[in-house]
Amino acid sequence: MITLNINTKTYNIEVDPDTPLLWVLRDVINLVGTKYGCGVAQCGACVVHLNGEAVRSCVTKVSRAVGKKVVTIEGLSANNDHPLQKAWIEKDVSQCGYCQAGQIMSAAVLLKENKNPTDQDIDNAMAGNICRCGTYLRIKSAIHLAAEMQKK
Amino acid sequence: MENIESKQNRRSFLKSSALAGGGLMLSFTWLSGFSPAGVPDVADAAGDWFEINGYIKITPDNIIKILNPNPEFGQNVMTSLPMIVAEELGADWQNIVVEMGPHDSVKLGPQFTGGSNSMRMYWKPLREAGATARQMLMEAAAQTWSVPIEEVTTNSGMLFHQKTGKSGTYGAFASKASGLTVPKGVKLKEVKSFNVVRNSKKNVEGLKIVSGKPLFGLDYKHEGMLIAMIEHPPAFGMKLKEFDATETLKMPGIKNVFRQTLYENGFEQGGFDTRTFNELLVVVGNTTWEVINARKKLKVTWEPAGDTKNTMGGRREVITPGELESTSTQLQKMKEYASKPAQQLRKDGDPETAFKNAAQIIERTYHAPFLAHNCMEPMNFFAHVTDEKALLVGPLQAPGWSEPTLAKLLNLPADKIEIQMTRMGGGFGLRAYGHYLYEAALISKKVKAPVKLIYTREDDMTYGIYRPMYTATYRAALDANKNLIAFHVKGGGIPEHAVHANRFPAGAIDNYLAEAWQIPSNITIGAFRAPRSNFNAASEQSFLDELAEAMGKDPIDFRLELLKRAKENPVGKNNDYNADRYAGVLELVKEKSGWNKPENKKYNRGVAAYFCHNSYAAHVVDMVKRDGQPYVERVFSAADCGIVINPDAAINMVEGAVVDGIGNALYGALTHKEGAPEQKNFSQYRMIRCNEAPKKIEVHFVQNDLDPTGLGEPPFPPVFGAVAGALYKITGKRFYNQPFITQWNTLSNT
Repeated sequence: MITLNINTKTYNIEVDPDTPLLWVLRDVINLVGTKYGCGVAQCGACVVHLNGEAVRSCVTKVSRAVGKKVVTIEGLSANNDHPLQKAWIEKDVSQCGYCQAGQIMSAAVLLKENKNPTDQDIDNAMAGNICRCGTYLRIKSAIHLAAEMQKK
Repeated sequence: MENIESKQNRRSFLKSSALAGGGLMLSFTWLSGFSPAGVPDVADAAGDWFEINGYIKITPDNIIKILNPNPEFGQNVMTSLPMIVAEELGADWQNIVVEMGPHDSVKLGPQFTGGSNSMRMYWKPLREAGATARQMLMEAAAQTWSVPIEEVTTNSGMLFHQKTGKSGTYGAFASKASGLTVPKGVKLKEVKSFNVVRNSKKNVEGLKIVSGKPLFGLDYKHEGMLIAMIEHPPAFGMKLKEFDATETLKMPGIKNVFRQTLYENGFEQGGFDTRTFNELLVVVGNTTWEVINARKKLKVTWEPAGDTKNTMGGRREVITPGELESTSTQLQKMKEYASKPAQQLRKDGDPETAFKNAAQIIERTYHAPFLAHNCMEPMNFFAHVTDEKALLVGPLQAPGWSEPTLAKLLNLPADKIEIQMTRMGGGFGLRAYGHYLYEAALISKKVKAPVKLIYTREDDMTYGIYRPMYTATYRAALDANKNLIAFHVKGGGIPEHAVHANRFPAGAIDNYLAEAWQIPSNITIGAFRAPRSNFNAASEQSFLDELAEAMGKDPIDFRLELLKRAKENPVGKNNDYNADRYAGVLELVKEKSGWNKPENKKYNRGVAAYFCHNSYAAHVVDMVKRDGQPYVERVFSAADCGIVINPDAAINMVEGAVVDGIGNALYGALTHKEGAPEQKNFSQYRMIRCNEAPKKIEVHFVQNDLDPTGLGEPPFPPVFGAVAGALYKITGKRFYNQPFITQWNTLSNT
């Protein structure tokens, strides 16, 4: 039995402790907002927060999440009103949308640690997240907008 | 039924919170500022929809649902196609609910996403659907109020009769309207009176995307659903010989391991039934991770497949060679084929004599590798097949193309097959090919259970259906005064060539020859964003650039000169481009980029233009060298796709095409060694990333009132040529072979 705290809820699950957190979220707990893209920590579609840090859930064993707080895109904000979620809609960032949850989760850690990121800061923080549709410019401008919103 | 208080009813819907039916639910308070905002959940109204026609349903409470007919893969048709309906319907965009339509080609038309066709294909039918519904609602009001229909007016989802002061919502008359005879020859709006189309509307699924709602095929769940994966051969040209699944079956959660044939001998494949591996080794289990793990325990023997014979499209037999190909041998073979006589596609004038008499001949050869689509959502499909019927749910660009094959494979009538289209995590052409849907269906049939077939990233990248490997040799003949007197393109590919014989510069040169050849291969290929054009716009546009330089001309002026000739005195009859519109995007990008302005001299500038999929696009890219690497810093883009339906989303599309183009031009490559793909995941296949994207992309549209054509593909190809031109400016060397980063690194090391 493994006990997890995900989006402030407690889950008791029977699962092999080596199972990547990604597949526990998607297949066992039915939180499918966290995406599978590569399985080898290359694309960032699966980024979640583990005690406030961005981790690639596809290579994070579920055992590592025990006793820690897991936050997924579904739990990023109470009413889907995190500044990044608002900014993403305001800038109409998405094309296919598949990678965007991972992008937002990476950006959320950046904004928490850096209230006023420069383009360079964003490049450094976001280079691990692939967007195949090429929405990088809008991602960047949405992060800047969210930083502004956060100040208010 | 007069003076319906629609607002109160609408608000009461806002309170409901359950999400069902795939409708929009944007009931969060902070969202009230943008459209379509405050759109209610539609679950409670499920029984009360009155269908005015296949695209439009209205409740008595005046909630208007518009069904999007075409699969969504990021081109934003979920928003832009319903905008067209809303425009003619005269409905308030704020009150519209958008839902993905079912697969129903009788009611919803061709339902095909590809070839940048959505707008072109649906522009008229959707306008007519909206206008017809409006007319029927007016008729229903006129009958109810006993007034002439000519005196009934509409505004924002309301009907009015001015003389009597009567009014009512569309919803109030939906029931009556749905029973009326459908009128013919309904008048459409004047373009200048549009107030939905040409106004930017936010993605109707934007909130669902940023909040992680289950939208994609991979997110779909079904009671009792099992997970299936396929172990395919490690190399093209190999097939399954035998396997031992003893250890796999001991693994937790594993239900079944079996061999499955996709097409039985002699099966007549449809035109899009590309399949790479016909003998499948299937592992079925409870969860994704259990199946991934159990696959590692398989003991499999593969063997050479040898030459195989397929029947494609009911027309022709295709022999697929069994050779295990390597990139080096492919290049060698291309060289051999390029020197042999080829098939003539077009000839104008007397190119042979012109080349014989030339004062100068310029000849250049270009290459481009196979490319993998690498959709962020790997291939997957849900299938639940029983003896009586089949339910299939997942990401697919062309359900209508897959259904007939599915019916044959499952031995079920087409009306017993239901295909539901989920939002696609990218497509780029790959999801027009239904092999993964057929595989899922056959697996479900075999295990007699609902099954989700999932490709891992490695499965996806090594399965084939790539952009072909291309080459082309261009020759130009100049006379003593440096006039262009003849042009020759000879293109080839594995297994298809890219030559568009009737495209520019055909029609602009007196002596012209286009030829092509192809090398059969077992490496499967398929449509990849702007098929063929995505290579031509690299090779041909680079060649024109080099030609302009040899002739001492500005590269834009040289192209405009050729286009002037093509317009005023075209050579040949089958020139399939409009020289005016082509010149239009070049002139626009020249102006907007400040082409000859001294302040832009600090950039290494490349330019290219191309016509494909009925639209025109041109780019100027400004490149810099930073830390020894090439980066595109700024891009100026011009496009002519007629009326732009949803401007901001269209800009997003062009920006994406530019980034995608830069990424594939610089880094994209799928190579082979003895049949095996050398790139299996993003650790080996380089994708463009945030820090490599331009800092600025400025998009401009040619303003006209022409019926809209596509935009998903046209801006993509010319990026390649423009990038090549900019690289030349930095290095002083022409870049002939993609991915360009390979040559860049070679130059840097010498």
